[in-house]
Amino acid sequence: MSKVKNILLVGVGGQGTILTSKILSTALLDAGYDVKMSEVHGMAQRGGSVTTQVRYGEKVYSPIIGKGQADILVSFEVMEAMRWIDYLNPDGDIIVNNYSINSAPILSGKAEYPSGILEELSKKAKTKVVDAFKTAEELGNIKVQNIVLLGALVKKFKLDDINWEEAIKNNVKPKFLEINLKAFESGKEL
Amino acid sequence: MKELLTGNEAIARGAYEAGVEFAAAYPGTPSTEILENIPKYKEIYCEWAPNEKVSVEVSVGASMAGARVLTAMKHVGMNVAADPLFTYAYLGVNGGFVIVSADDPGMHSSQNEQDNRYYARHAKMPLIEPSDSQEAKDFIIEAYDISEKYDVPVLFRITTRICHSKTIVELGERKNVGVKAYSRNIEKFVATPARAKVHHYELEEKLKKLEEYSNTTFLNKEEINDSEIGIITSGISYNYAREVFGDSASYLKLGFTFPIPKEKIINFSKKFKTIYVIEENEPFLETEIKALGINVIGKEKIPICDELNPDIVREALLGEKTDRIEIVKEKVVSRPPTLCSGCPHRGIFFELSKRKDTVITGDIGCYTLGSAEPLNAMDSVVCMGAGISAAHGFAKVFEKTGRKTKVFGIVGDSTFFHSGMTSLLDIVYNNSNVCSIILDNRITGMTGHQENPGTGYTLMGEKAPVVSIEKICEAMGIKNITVINPNNLTETKNALNFHTELNEPSVIIAKWPCALKRFSEEDKKQFDLSVKKYKVNPDKCKKCRMCTKTGCPSISFDKEKGASIDINTCIGCSVCYQACPFGAIEKVGEENV
Ligand SMILES: Cc1ncc(C[n+]2csc(CCOP(=O)(O)OP(=O)(O)O)c2C)c(N)n1
Repeated sequence: MSKVKNILLVGVGGQGTILTSKILSTALLDAGYDVKMSEVHGMAQRGGSVTTQVRYGEKVYSPIIGKGQADILVSFEVMEAMRWIDYLNPDGDIIVNNYSINSAPILSGKAEYPSGILEELSKKAKTKVVDAFKTAEELGNIKVQNIVLLGALVKKFKLDDINWEEAIKNNVKPKFLEINLKAFESGKEL
Repeated sequence: MKELLTGNEAIARGAYEAGVEFAAAYPGTPSTEILENIPKYKEIYCEWAPNEKVSVEVSVGASMAGARVLTAMKHVGMNVAADPLFTYAYLGVNGGFVIVSADDPGMHSSQNEQDNRYYARHAKMPLIEPSDSQEAKDFIIEAYDISEKYDVPVLFRITTRICHSKTIVELGERKNVGVKAYSRNIEKFVATPARAKVHHYELEEKLKKLEEYSNTTFLNKEEINDSEIGIITSGISYNYAREVFGDSASYLKLGFTFPIPKEKIINFSKKFKTIYVIEENEPFLETEIKALGINVIGKEKIPICDELNPDIVREALLGEKTDRIEIVKEKVVSRPPTLCSGCPHRGIFFELSKRKDTVITGDIGCYTLGSAEPLNAMDSVVCMGAGISAAHGFAKVFEKTGRKTKVFGIVGDSTFFHSGMTSLLDIVYNNSNVCSIILDNRITGMTGHQENPGTGYTLMGEKAPVVSIEKICEAMGIKNITVINPNNLTETKNALNFHTELNEPSVIIAKWPCALKRFSEEDKKQFDLSVKKYKVNPDKCKKCRMCTKTGCPSISFDKEKGASIDINTCIGCSVCYQACPFGAIEKVGEENV
């Protein structure tokens, strides 16, 4: 089973994790891999914590992984990386968007957004902090931070020789294609 | 052609390829996208039914009329639909009949974790369990052949991880089976006691033949490796088993799980020293296999509660734990789902949260979140419809004991049409002092915005009559019906005050479209849906936190700086503006300078 790669994407409902995993899995499929992707719908989408898992290799059985099995954890939000870190293989990588979203207890002043999460993450695993939000903002649309993160993932996972442009084209509206492609390229450089 | 499809998409595709002519469902996670994916196949007529029982009954009619039919629902939906199913199993079909039950192990979005495979045994219907999207598509085609050949409805059971996982599917062509001839057949389709007696005998005979089929079908297959361990499994659990044991075990992978293939199981079991039965939730297979006198290991090791994954199977059967990184608990704050910014449910729950001495029986939908912090404005949630009926029970007991507490029963629009209507009928008929509140956000929100009888559109995108909730209540005999804009707190509060004083069944309809809905032309005409923005004037903010008590995710609070509003996500419902006792929240563009 060692050949199967496991990618775990986590974030907050509305951040575009599902679209990212869709692009990721269709591209991997076209590159000839067996692919399984699992997402959670429903209640969690109302501002809750969301995860999707993408697995690929020669032959994939389970669409989901257990704890300690992700080769890479791509977190669209800082605190979510810590929430899901037990799913990461201790030798695996973290890519984390340097962007925080307050959850309900924090918004209402009942709790504070924990400080120093990035430092803690770096102590626990190989962590790359990516300014995807800032990059997307500079490009003119904060929505494309998910594609910036996709770029960062592709770079880290050495998946450059896959036709990403095609996959992005097939999954975003034509009028947003250019900005998404730019976001992708920026992500690879971060 | 190969495509990555979710199990739900694959089932829709399979129905198309199988020549299905008619499909009906009531939405419910994780089943919803099955029907949502049907309209793209123009050959199939499809509809949202108001509830699962109706969905099964219209499908029964269509099957009797000779069409291949598909009906789908979440697991608890089958409880609602059970009545017609049990009898249709006796009668048998004309056009093939397949009912999909999408179970939710792990309860990602459900109120219980029931294992609907038991319905197959209970209603005496053959049971099919696919393990990925390819099988979902292929097996459903086979399901129609079984249904027509053996003259029975078929239960097709999937689980969340089948529904919502994308796996590779090889697409095929549609079989044009057409619609079978129909002519009146009283002996077959009219279930009087005398005929049902005959049907029961016939059904037992059919089950014997289905057991023979079970022993020979390609749906149940052995994968033999050089091993001492044999694993009997079905559905998604097969993949978890494969993941953990690889080629170090042999498998009896069951896709047709009722009636179980007894002979095949006995033969398989003879070959191995140890037999594991790996299945999620209940010991459905295990109990039947143990009844054959076979010594297997199952639920004494594998948990009944919650969903499985490869990790849990590995730990349970091999005692091996994967290395993992510990979470630093102080660095994580919970992130529960919340009512969205601008959600029209907020105003009414905010007003209800301030009232003392009330009982609020809630129901299932986005508005269940009225029970969450900081609103906490709910006493109960059980099942669809109970929001109104449970209120009646409360009110009757309070009446008996002289308790003065006002009882409010809350349902959404889709829930009202689903089963809230009959509950309200009981309140009128048996007269209780309940104020029913119908939260009409003009859509079925929680499950992802499906049309319903009140929205003016069908699943196929056609215009439909807009059923008036107000007129239904009126026709039932409710004298006091108040329609309010729930974003207007004064209007909301006045209505609650007025209805609290009433001593009769009454109704408040809170009517405003869901903030995430794609607004129809009618919505745009009827409501002012322009986006406005609000902001906090820091000089006026007294840090009283009243605005945070609305639970709006656009509002945050800082001990030093006071409240602030995220301009990107605020849509201007103005609930916080009205809630602020100090006039510190101002409409952007209309600030008091
Ligand atoms: C018997 C049954 N069928 C389906 C569901 C799934 N379900 C949960 S909430 C909901 C829709 C609620 O819509 P509505 O009442 O309009 O409230 P909203 O979410 O829009 O606030 C559905 C279909 C369920 N829980 N139980």
